[in-house]
This record gives sequence, C-alpha cells and structure tokens, in this order.
Amino acid sequence: MLKIFTLLADLVVYSWLGLEPGTHISESLHFFIEDTTKIFFLLATIIFAVAIVRSFFPPERTRKFLAGKNIYVAHLLSALLGVVTPFCSCSACPLFIGFVEAGIPLGVTFSFLIASPMVNEIALVMLFGLFGWKIAGIYLITGLMVAIIAGIVIGKLHMERYVADYVWEIRVGDAGVQEMDWSDRINYAKGYVKDIIAKIWLYVLAGIAAGALVHGYVPQDFLLRYAGPDNPFAVPFAVVLGVPLYSNAAGIIPIVHALMEKGLPLGTTLAFMMAVTSLSFPEMVILSQVLKKELIAAFVAIVTLTIIMVGYLFNFIM
Amino acid sequence: MKIEVLGPGCPRCQTLESNVKEALEQLGIDAEVEKITEIGQIAARGVLSTPGIVIDGKVVSAGKLLSVDEIKALLKKS
Repeated sequence: MLKIFTLLADLVVYSWLGLEPGTHISESLHFFIEDTTKIFFLLATIIFAVAIVRSFFPPERTRKFLAGKNIYVAHLLSALLGVVTPFCSCSACPLFIGFVEAGIPLGVTFSFLIASPMVNEIALVMLFGLFGWKIAGIYLITGLMVAIIAGIVIGKLHMERYVADYVWEIRVGDAGVQEMDWSDRINYAKGYVKDIIAKIWLYVLAGIAAGALVHGYVPQDFLLRYAGPDNPFAVPFAVVLGVPLYSNAAGIIPIVHALMEKGLPLGTTLAFMMAVTSLSFPEMVILSQVLKKELIAAFVAIVTLTIIMVGYLFNFIM
Repeated sequence: MKIEVLGPGCPRCQTLESNVKEALEQLGIDAEVEKITEIGQIAARGVLSTPGIVIDGKVVSAGKLLSVDEIKALLKKS
C-alpha cells in the first residue's frame, strides 16, 4: 500500500522534472517527496485512530485500574497503558501525584512515565513509515521492556523518601469525568490530529530534508568506519548525544533513517532514538516539582543504562 | 457562576483560558474565571491530565484543549 508514495515520487522526479535517476540531486529529491507525502498521510490517519483508542483510557480511569494489581502485572500494564494514555509533559506532575495517591507503587508509576513519552504514536508512525513494521514492532517491544525493567529497578531501590514531601499529603478528588459518546470521540481525535500536526510539521519537514541530503550526498560506508559494529563506544556515545535532542523527536527519525542506510547498526540506532524520546531536560525540570534531585538523578541514570544495554543487545544479536 | 481553568502554565492551558473568556463574552455571561496553576490544587480536584475546566466546583473537562464552541456548549448545559 505504501508503494504508491514511491510511484508518486517517481512520477514527480523522473517524469515531470525530467531528472536522471542515480544523480545526487534526483536521489535526494526523490527521498524527500516520497517520505514527506508518506509520513503526513500516515501521521493523519494513524494518529486519528490512536486518538480514538485513547479516548477510552483517560488517566483518571487508568489509575483506578492499576491500583492494587500484582506488582509485575502492574509494571507490564502500566507500561502498556503509558502507550495509549494521553500524556503531555505538562501533565506529568498531576499524573504522578494521582498515581502515587492511588497507592500505585513508585516503580510502577515510573514504568508509566518512561513508556508514555518513549513509545508514543508519533515515533511509531515515523518508524513504520520509514523503516517498516518490523523495526516499528521491535521499537515498541524494546521500549516497553526498557520501561518495565527501569521501573522495576527504581521500585527495588525504595526511593519513596525522595519524593517531595507535600505529595504524600495531597488527597486527590474524584473528578468523575463524563463518558464520551462517539461524536465526542471523533471530535477529540480530529482536534488531536490537528494539534499534533501543527506542533511537529516543521520538524518533520526539516528532518526529512536533512535525511534527504544525507541520503543523496553522504558516501555509503561513511558511518561504518566511525560508528559501525566494531566500535564499542558507539552505543553510549549515541545515547549521550540523543538525550538533549528531545524537542526534535519528530525531526530526528528521518535523519536516523538515512544514517541507518549508511551503515549505522540497528542497536545503536534504537538506543539513539530511545534516548531522544524518553529523557528530556524540560521534563526533568517539570518533574523536579514532585521529585527530589536524588530520585531524578537515579531515574535518568537507570533509564540511560537500560537503553545502552538494549543497544548492545541488538548490535550483538543482529 | 465560577469557572476554574486548571493547568500549570503550558501553551495549551493558556489557549484554553483565552477560549473560556471568549466563550463567556460571546454568550454574555458574567462569570469569575480563575486560573489554578498549583499542581497540588489541580490534583485535589481529581484532574490528572491538563488542561481542565471546573464549573461551579464540578470537573467538566480534563486533558482536552476545547474550542470556543465546545466551551459554549458546556456553559449552556450547566
């Protein structure tokens, strides 16, 4: 089905513009046209579908659902719900308080907080569109693994005393948010698609343009020489590079796509993308309202280490 | 009528607040609009996803950036 976008790019570049296949400029332009049309089509359709699913899982309901479950089941469910529950970083604090107050263990709450930004629908759409369903699937599963493992480790460290003291005193009210009907859900999904596209379209275009330049102009084995499977430091380096790039998650994936074509190994690629999406400086600043700095440091360190291990694992088995 | 807009101050929350004021003006309702930015206060109202709207102590919306028309519909109901 996605073939149609290759054909469209063929038509524009080779027929209408009459460019010769195989040149730097035609390769770059073909890449840009194919990827932009495909990605925006996928973003609009898939985010709409995801928003409909999401309308069934408001966080106010999620926390009631998670409270009192077996601890390992709770970690798994928490990570899965993180994927489908609407979440923006400015909601992170009320959400954290709501979870903790419902008696959900700290580690389980972190599984949710890690999965929610990392395995989000924008990253999944971009991965599916550019890399195919296999890589998108691997990202989904390893992302959930990272969220579960890091959450369990944080839980085992018993860091409850590093949660800001006032958090334990808050009593969360019962909002009794009204059930949406189908026309509400469709309106919600439409609004959601519009919000997301308005927020990320520029990053997506810039990312695909940069990716197109890499695709057309960077030599085929360029990265193999520096960041190939033989370099043991490539994974931690990619992760450290990825952490400060949060705001460009939508823009970074097309570039990563082009880099992977030029020989960046899968594990290093995955680790880099996870570092970009899961840890961000603005989110840490927001979370510092409810977490003491020791817990934030532990959170960043544990997630970073888990992502590095996933990177090594995939470089080793592929 | 007393309306509270809940949100820690992200762009979505600010847009919602101005939409609420616009809706009130269009309907000619004179209501007190208060912005609640303190996280504890937001959570205490049971809202875990911002922005949220509370009308006369009742949560009517959470986690959605409602349009002016949607807010007008909510105002007419309460």
